[in-house]
Amino acid sequence: MSNPAQRRSTSLAIISTGFVVLWIMVAASPFLWTLWGSFKVQGDFFSKADWTNALYGVRTMIETGDFFTTNGYYGAWVEHGFGESVINTTIVVVSTVIISLTLGTLGGYALARSGFKYSFWILMLALVFRAMPHITLVSGYLLPFFEWNVWGYLPTSIIVLVAINQPFTLWMLHSFFLNIPKDLDESAMVDGCTRFQAFRHVIIPVMWPGVITTGLFSFLLAYNDFAVTASLLSQDNQTMIPKIASFLGTTQVEGNVMFAVAAVVSAMIPLFILVMFFQRQIVSGLTAGAVKG
Amino acid sequence: MPHRTFFWFIIPSLTAMILFIAFPVISVITQSLHVEHEKVLISSESCGPFGCKQVTVIDVEATAQLRTDQPLGQFSGFDNYTNRNHLAFDEISLAWSNSENMSMFFNKLLNLPFYKALAFTLTYTFVVTPFVIVLGLAIALGVNALPKFAKGPTIFVSLLPMIVTPLIGSLILFWMIDGEGVIGASIQSLFNDPNLSLKASPALTWMMLIVYGIWHSAPFSFIVFYAGLQTVPTDTLEAATIDGANRWQRIRYVVVPYMKPLVVFITLMQLMDNFRVLEPIVSFASEASATSLSWIIYKDLTSDTQLFGSAAATSMLTIVGVAILLLPVLFRTWRDFSRTAH
Repeated sequence: MSNPAQRRSTSLAIISTGFVVLWIMVAASPFLWTLWGSFKVQGDFFSKADWTNALYGVRTMIETGDFFTTNGYYGAWVEHGFGESVINTTIVVVSTVIISLTLGTLGGYALARSGFKYSFWILMLALVFRAMPHITLVSGYLLPFFEWNVWGYLPTSIIVLVAINQPFTLWMLHSFFLNIPKDLDESAMVDGCTRFQAFRHVIIPVMWPGVITTGLFSFLLAYNDFAVTASLLSQDNQTMIPKIASFLGTTQVEGNVMFAVAAVVSAMIPLFILVMFFQRQIVSGLTAGAVKG
Repeated sequence: MPHRTFFWFIIPSLTAMILFIAFPVISVITQSLHVEHEKVLISSESCGPFGCKQVTVIDVEATAQLRTDQPLGQFSGFDNYTNRNHLAFDEISLAWSNSENMSMFFNKLLNLPFYKALAFTLTYTFVVTPFVIVLGLAIALGVNALPKFAKGPTIFVSLLPMIVTPLIGSLILFWMIDGEGVIGASIQSLFNDPNLSLKASPALTWMMLIVYGIWHSAPFSFIVFYAGLQTVPTDTLEAATIDGANRWQRIRYVVVPYMKPLVVFITLMQLMDNFRVLEPIVSFASEASATSLSWIIYKDLTSDTQLFGSAAATSMLTIVGVAILLLPVLFRTWRDFSRTAH
């Protein structure tokens, strides 16, 4: 901090640090609160008497004899079969990521290496597709899918999610491939490789950082999706997020809102672990499109 | 790269996009011009001790048959677009001629489902987007000044609201602002009004949805700005300091111009994403006071009698809305591209 341009007065430093601390509290506290509250009974999490009950678990102590209870988790996972939707989510997410990346790397590579004007138009088209609200596309799918009897199955949702994912995947991988020097694959082709061999033997070994980052975002899109999975999957094939949404209708009536809270926390945890391990990739992915213009 | 090779590389991806993005749009256009079949009615005369009367019953079988034969429904032209649930031209002209003043007219207008949703969607988009940009820049400047060891954990925590599933994130907030939840209860005791409910009043519901939107999207603009700040050359900042620029002037005249392309990028992304707001409305169950365009499509599609024609018409109007929103930004990108190309 000897650089005069970056030296800051103490009062400003306090204000700016205070602001960041405030932001961190706003960003994190809802999650901590819900995580903590998911181990309480409803009377504490939604406390009529005093909100600090949720911290100390007063009602939880009275009702269950312990400060923590896993009743919510038991209800969600055992009684309401949340585990099945976790398996469905895993199938959908893993398949979507693998297929999107396969199609996306081929396409993104071609777009990055071709100087033709139509590659620009394909990218623009992808941007237009990216802008479409997902639910408008869903309203186009439903009727044909009913007619062809493919509504309600996991593979249908997977294909749809892959397609919806493509515009973004193409853009991101395109910008990653632009960063890999052209000389690399061109020299391989001078040595007698075909374009595909050059891609296979020269590009694939060096493309993994970009592919992993793009894969993370494909993962998030498939995992976080609500519009597609909620309307294209039948009750038996529901993934986690539509399952949680359908919990709301049923559990609020039964007074079992804690099941939904436990399910929400269960669905949150994988995301947090993901951020913990891949923070750097997520940050670089968010900025890949932006900083390079 | 020869055209042939390019073609083979791009074809899988392009096929997926054409089959599942372009064709559905065509399907939406077709559906929007059709309505569901009306029920087939049979009228017959039934005679009893008190004379005969005309009885009309629904022919369930024939109705079901007709619906399976022609699932698209019957052609209705632009009726779907102009009826009460969409653009509602008749209702508007009626409201216009019957209203004594503007506020009465707007009241009537906002009772029409499409305009109610449009009003919220536009408000949400145009309030959340600027807030997200300003807040994101402020956080980025703040984090940039932190000591190095604190940056990593701060970024980790900051990413959470954005990374978490929108449905889950909004549910968490919804539970907290519940009258018996922690924020809701605190506000009640703060204003000393046990009946104060953030969910009951439309204005407060709109506000909470917008707060959720800002909370959810601010991390995105923070990360983009933070990365941008790392590229601001220190030489220029130093030169500005030597020339006598104070801290505010350095931000205003050196940092902000560097951030300009990022602002365009964030605006573009935020307009797209905020315009499609759906999950918070589902989580907040706020349809009484706030709906969005995506939400009315979702409701048409998931209700017991699925209204494909109606959903498709709203979808088309939504797509037109997105196009109008993005046109300025797209035009700008196109101009920049042709400038660098020549």
